[in-house]
Amino acid sequence: MENINAKYVSQKISKTRWCPVSYSSLQQPEVFATGSWDNEDNKVSIWSIGNHNNSGLEDGFEGDPQILCEHKHGGDVLDLQFLDQERMVSASSTGAVTIFRYHPNTHTISVLQHWARAHSYPCDNAPCTALVCSSPEIVTVGEDGRIVVFRADQEGAVRVIENADSSTIHAVTYLKTTEVLTVNSIGQLKLWDLRQQSSSPSQILSL
Amino acid sequence: AIHLQEPEGKHMGFAWGQGNIFVYETLFKATGSGSPFIHEVRKDEDIYSPILRKLFNESHHIFVGLQTIREDLPSKNKKPQFVSISKNYRSVIRACMEELHISLNPTVSILLAIELIWNLCEVLFIDAAPAGSLLLHLLDWVRLHKADVDEKARDVLQSDSPAEHRDYWDVVVSYVLQGRLDEARQMLGKKATLTPAANNIFKMMDNLLSKMPFYNPGGTQTLTEFDVKWRHWHEEVDRCLQDNSFASNQHLEVLCKILLGDEDTLLEHKDLLGTWYHFLVSRLLFCHPTVKPTELHYYAQVNYSTKTLSAPEPLDSILLAAFEFDIHQVIKDCSIALNNWWFVAHLTDLLDHCKLLQSHNLHFGSNLREFLLLEYASGLFTHHSLWQLAVDYFDHCLEFGRVYLELQIERVPLDTERKALKVLRICEQRQMSEQVRSICKIMAMRALRNNRLGSALSWSIRAKDAAFATLISERFLQDYCAKGTFSDLDLIDNLGPAMLLSDRLTFLGKYREFHKLYGEKRFKEAAKLLLSLMTAKIAPRSFWMTLLTDALPLLEQKEVIFSADQTYELMFCLEELTSSLNTPSSDSDKSMQEEDVELTKVELLRLALSRNLAMAIVKEGTVET
Repeated sequence: MENINAKYVSQKISKTRWCPVSYSSLQQPEVFATGSWDNEDNKVSIWSIGNHNNSGLEDGFEGDPQILCEHKHGGDVLDLQFLDQERMVSASSTGAVTIFRYHPNTHTISVLQHWARAHSYPCDNAPCTALVCSSPEIVTVGEDGRIVVFRADQEGAVRVIENADSSTIHAVTYLKTTEVLTVNSIGQLKLWDLRQQSSSPSQILSL
Repeated sequence: AIHLQEPEGKHMGFAWGQGNIFVYETLFKATGSGSPFIHEVRKDEDIYSPILRKLFNESHHIFVGLQTIREDLPSKNKKPQFVSISKNYRSVIRACMEELHISLNPTVSILLAIELIWNLCEVLFIDAAPAGSLLLHLLDWVRLHKADVDEKARDVLQSDSPAEHRDYWDVVVSYVLQGRLDEARQMLGKKATLTPAANNIFKMMDNLLSKMPFYNPGGTQTLTEFDVKWRHWHEEVDRCLQDNSFASNQHLEVLCKILLGDEDTLLEHKDLLGTWYHFLVSRLLFCHPTVKPTELHYYAQVNYSTKTLSAPEPLDSILLAAFEFDIHQVIKDCSIALNNWWFVAHLTDLLDHCKLLQSHNLHFGSNLREFLLLEYASGLFTHHSLWQLAVDYFDHCLEFGRVYLELQIERVPLDTERKALKVLRICEQRQMSEQVRSICKIMAMRALRNNRLGSALSWSIRAKDAAFATLISERFLQDYCAKGTFSDLDLIDNLGPAMLLSDRLTFLGKYREFHKLYGEKRFKEAAKLLLSLMTAKIAPRSFWMTLLTDALPLLEQKEVIFSADQTYELMFCLEELTSSLNTPSSDSDKSMQEEDVELTKVELLRLALSRNLAMAIVKEGTVET
């Protein structure tokens, strides 16, 4: 049976994602990112399970994750996705969407972009519940029922679909490069064609 | 502890804050000078330490496992399980200590003390070793908590000439004091090779050391047989001393006296012993290895009171209470000495499972175990993240756990829907319906405040809160009247059976259905629905005018949609409505224009209805040929 390694990290982790490896390399990914939630100070961290240094077995078992670096994060990390090999995007409970860059040489994380009120209510914060990436495009959804499209290289939002949903949108995913699928808290799937300018979904499916 | 400077005439005042107390000096007089400081006192500071968090989480895991041990096995079969659980707890403490060591944290010493006490409790109470094994366990206990011997030994062995290292004899004596005779012999061997002239006496000492009997609990030898053997050996050592065999080497003579358990010699080495309980165990090892558990407290008292090597500390009284097998005293002293309930809660729970605690009920209804667990869990609940652990602890407090949980769970801050859903799941699993309603209402109110009507409605449906659903439906209807179209159609169209939660909600759903039927040109069905909304009294009276106005286009169609009977019913509704409108009432500030509009509408309706009635009568009276 495969070994199962358990490591205690003193924080509640909400998401873990493998860092994508280049297509040419045939190896399994060795680095992964985690986001924490429900802490006073949340953070985004990068871990490695490879044997980096020649420390042998002193640092624990083979496959024991070692933390490489971390960066503080405002609010709970509700979703975390890799944009490409070095950049990852986080969705925060404060409604912010942040792009981080991981520098493998110096083992540091820096903030590339920060959209503080990607999702909000008129006088309050609205958590950004999920996001999906297809570099350089990022689509985020939140409790405010809004769908927002960003581009990693642009300052402002590319497109905002207001009131896409009357209840909270819980998740989003790409069906095709131009179509996204969202699901809300009353169990409806909505298909959106981003090529069209309308604010209503092209299809609604409910259970 | 907070100390008042110059306490004469001064008092301490306090005020409750949020989760803390503010304490200040006061003279209770209008004027006068005093200390300008206010102290903030908080409890449960420890739970915010990131490394101790590991302790709380892993011990939670062990705790839950302990609660689910099958009750039907007799207690004595469960002893090895309890011992193993006790060791699990201790290993978690040790793991935390190791991590804290690295960060040079002062909490390490507290954890060391905790582990020391727990280990002793495990030996005396849980394992309940009988005479013979008891001493062996105590020896292990002492060895485990005196790590400096190994460090020193390592230094000595790694030096160029171990036998001439200045700590050499200290290491040998320490080994003997801890009963580690094989290692002592190995060390002695190094000196022996250096001084071949004294070969004889070194050989003699080696012989004595090798022959010291140790009780083997798993063996066939009984305790009495062991005792006899041990006395023989003891006499032999005594003979060697009386014969002055070791007179030529002062160190070996000291060793010999130690082997005889000579009190004065042992006292001379109090630096190596370090603590009174080490002294106690070493004494017992060399004087009375067959000590019975019931005899322990006598030896402990004697050894402690006359040989305190340092000022008495809380730890000493706790250990003494343990040696006296006074479990309640141990728990009581630990509760006072430690600033966190973790230790006493978990230890008491384990002891309770071993059926070692007399179940005398405390004045406030629950027993000791439950009281401590409730205190611990309540402390956990104030933590922004560890509250989830506390839920399991409350679950296993049978008397008051549920009540505590009900009170506390509503106070968890709900920043995101995801967290609210987690809390809800906890409540739903335990059938805490009132809390479910309360949490859903909080979320619904928040959604309503942010104008997320769909979200608010779905929360009130989840809570089965009819009143709130009515409120939200009213908002939807108001929006419709104001804008002429529905917002959030996706929600209303898919209400399903949830529609029946409140009348207003049902009306909303059905009204929307009417619009859909109309849009699909299914006029007959639409008409029927519209009428039923009024006759079945689903629609609120205030909305009837709108409904009747909606009926107009249906009445104006070329084809007859409403049958004669249906038209009569519509007329009846209109008359009912107008009669109530005509009564002199409220809206006296209605402008003349509005009243005109109203009258015109009514006229139009009457006309349309009459025309429809005519057409319907004709149609129904016609015989198809």
